[in-house]
Amino acid sequence: MAKYVTKRIIYMIITLFLIASFTFFLMKMLPGSPISSAPKLTPEQLAVVEAKYGLDKPLPEQYLQYLGNMVKLDFGVSFQFKGADVTQLIINRAGPSFQLGIQALVLGTLIGIILGMIAALKQNTVWDYGSTLIAIFGLSIPSFVFATLLQYWVGVKWELLPVALWKNGFSSSIMPTIALAIGPLATAARFVRTEMVEVLSSDYILLAKAKGASRFEIAFKHAFRNALIPLITVMGPLAAGLVTGSLVVEQIFAIPGIGEQFVKSINMNDFPIIMGTTMFYSFLLIVIIFIVDILYGIIDPRIRLAGGTK
Amino acid sequence: MTQQYDKLPPEAFKLVKVNSTHAEQIARPSLNFWQDAWLRLRKNKAAVISMIVLIFIVIIALVGPHLNSYGYNDQNVSKANLPPKISWLAPLGIADGYAEVAGKKVDVYAQKNVKENYWFGTDSLGRDLFTRVWKGSQISLLIAFVAALVDVIIGVAYGGISGYYGGKVDDIMQRIIEILAGIPNLIIVILMLMVMEPGITAIIIAIALTGWIGMSRIVRGQVLKFKNQEFVLASRTLGASNSRIIFKHLLPNIMAIIVINTMFTVPTAIFFEAFLSFIGLGLQAPNASLGTLINDGYKMLQFQPYMLGIPAAVLSILMIAFNLLGDGLRDALDPKMKD
Repeated sequence: MAKYVTKRIIYMIITLFLIASFTFFLMKMLPGSPISSAPKLTPEQLAVVEAKYGLDKPLPEQYLQYLGNMVKLDFGVSFQFKGADVTQLIINRAGPSFQLGIQALVLGTLIGIILGMIAALKQNTVWDYGSTLIAIFGLSIPSFVFATLLQYWVGVKWELLPVALWKNGFSSSIMPTIALAIGPLATAARFVRTEMVEVLSSDYILLAKAKGASRFEIAFKHAFRNALIPLITVMGPLAAGLVTGSLVVEQIFAIPGIGEQFVKSINMNDFPIIMGTTMFYSFLLIVIIFIVDILYGIIDPRIRLAGGTK
Repeated sequence: MTQQYDKLPPEAFKLVKVNSTHAEQIARPSLNFWQDAWLRLRKNKAAVISMIVLIFIVIIALVGPHLNSYGYNDQNVSKANLPPKISWLAPLGIADGYAEVAGKKVDVYAQKNVKENYWFGTDSLGRDLFTRVWKGSQISLLIAFVAALVDVIIGVAYGGISGYYGGKVDDIMQRIIEILAGIPNLIIVILMLMVMEPGITAIIIAIALTGWIGMSRIVRGQVLKFKNQEFVLASRTLGASNSRIIFKHLLPNIMAIIVINTMFTVPTAIFFEAFLSFIGLGLQAPNASLGTLINDGYKMLQFQPYMLGIPAAVLSILMIAFNLLGDGLRDALDPKMKD
């Protein structure tokens, strides 16, 4: 176990280093800089601005400095918000994004699990087809299509919930949460159904039936618990999907989150924010996948992480 | 009772000889793997309907832009913002060219003195949306198919080489994959698109750059599974070359899994294209794709919901059909691997 964890941590560091380097050199290759679109500057003024942001030094030096600063979690200052610290900007924006992400994950997986269970327990009935249909729709319809439709009908037409912005507390978060939750919901429903069907046909369920356990007991005490364990493995991809979704959903509902800031920065060539957010997202996803893998090994002792030795 | 039996003439009875060769006779034509799979796929209603829908959409996407006289970039500001109007649907109150203006229903076509009908309406520059939607579908499908094809080529080659040659080669190639797989693909796609010249090629490269990893892993696993089986050993003993073993023995065996995986790559690519166009990193005006159309429509959502609704519906139908067909193909091609 310890060996496996060390190996994984080394890989994580290499991956992050590669992403950092990749991001840095791509940013440097980009056509145009935030300064180029500024009102005409004299060469002297340009030099002053470049010196201020460290753009006048040779590339290798900029690179080393960038790596060094990154270890200290210092991503420099934003170009678009005068002199604002990027790390601080990301932290300021983290609240709504995390709230939405966690709400969507909890809501989506909960409903997904329920749908999947119903489908598995009532196989090949209307219930099963209905929940499969919901899952297929959820997997297929992109979250931004769903979000815009939701916003149009619930927000604009029926005026049930605030159309956008982050001003009315919890009620502002309902629509974006639903739009984001649809992906996890579909994935969880499909996954739980498959696992439950498999578990329900195993020998120990037959034994439980023979013992005279009630249907309810079999479903919840025996089948459900074993069917849930593998669900942990899809948490990594789910988190990645939530990040992707949050970029557009936050944009659509004008939520002051990390995703909205990221998209805006892309359109404004604000390199420090792009690099900072890229690193932040990468770090987040890599750590989530790492934790998921470790958790899986702990919860299900049949999985041997190190492989081979029993 | 016995009398009845007497009526049967003795000639009616014939001695049947058991012919041992008949027992081995194959009554029906033998089917190869793909014919067998096709039979199984045909039983899956959802998959068949999806296939028909997909063929239909592909055909319309190809001929649709030529069905009327408008080009996808013909602008005519005097005919801007017209709602959809289809003459044979108008009596039903759908697509009748009326729109709600300040709470009242107004015939926009009469108001703007437009004689011809625009089936899907027009956008704010007076471009015909019917032409644009199908032109956009064409481009979205093109991007998806090419990206999927590139994924397959790179993934199969990488996974195949890694699995077949094994040893050090495999070790190094798998370490590289392990690191690459750790990088969130969204980030790479966004970064690549920022650097490259915007356009179809850039989107294809960005999507294909990250998509092949899953395919290569699956192919490697399959190659590892098959390469030590008896039929490969037999072929090798008989002196078959590496390329013969790969193309004659290994590839046909893993073809099914490659096909299944490709079926799921296509909708992912369609989604990514639409997603990128939606956040403004996709195709640039005046080009149309489903993503850019949805983005344009979103800006006008409150006043002209059809501008969002139609491309969004086409996109969703495409995604659903591809996913259902993919599910069906997986069940048909590999009954053991049911999800």
